[in-house]
Amino acid sequence: MAAPTQRLEVTLDTQLESVDLAESIVIRVAEAAGFGEDDLHKLGMAVREGVINAYNYGNCQDRRKKIRLAVEFEAETMIVHVVDEGCGFQLCDVEDPLAEENLLRTSGRGIFLMRAFMDDLAVRRAPTGGADLVMYKKLPHRVSGNGRSQAE
Amino acid sequence: MGDIAIVDFSGKITLGEGSATLRTMVRELIGQGHRKILLNLGDVDYIDSSGIGELVGAYTAVRTASGELKLVYLTKRVHDLIQITRLFTVFDVQADESAAILSFRSAS
Repeated sequence: MAAPTQRLEVTLDTQLESVDLAESIVIRVAEAAGFGEDDLHKLGMAVREGVINAYNYGNCQDRRKKIRLAVEFEAETMIVHVVDEGCGFQLCDVEDPLAEENLLRTSGRGIFLMRAFMDDLAVRRAPTGGADLVMYKKLPHRVSGNGRSQAE
Repeated sequence: MGDIAIVDFSGKITLGEGSATLRTMVRELIGQGHRKILLNLGDVDYIDSSGIGELVGAYTAVRTASGELKLVYLTKRVHDLIQITRLFTVFDVQADESAAILSFRSAS
């Protein structure tokens, strides 16, 4: 039988402070899950970029809208959702920030950084119609007493 | 340092925090007539996509004013971020302050 999924969900206001708050929540949860310093930085940064995306582009800085942050654990993976109340978007519509013509743009690197720092990234349409950014990070393996590595 | 403005930056360059400070500082230096600006990022421990955007904005603003902007003393995290975003092809990153000053001099 599959292990039950553990889940933490927080509703954040559409304000700048939510960016730091979301980052610190996810880092704390990931730390408890055994991630090392480098991965904690990457996870924190990816979530930060996800919430910046929701704040700026999804909710267009509209304080009446909310940002939902959820963290789930499956057998070998930590999954983070950042859900906004915007119109949604598709990954294929996001321009490549590494393309020569985009290098001098002052924005448009958030999705790229999320992809770079997580193992996988998907964008779904949330039931509210907004974007549900889903980020996946494989759980760290620890060496157990019998010398075999295992996913926490 | 003569006609070279050296800006020591510290802390975070992130959305709403250091990024606005960076923007204001660089615009003020340009307004004061500086055309050679060296950003010392040795004490910058964190930068996000907004911070990167501000660095690019600063670079463009200085270039538009016919000046030069260089970076020095990147921490590993900032270095890695600039590397993966391919901005090493844009920014002139110098190893240390002396090398940066020399590179400004040799370019003029």
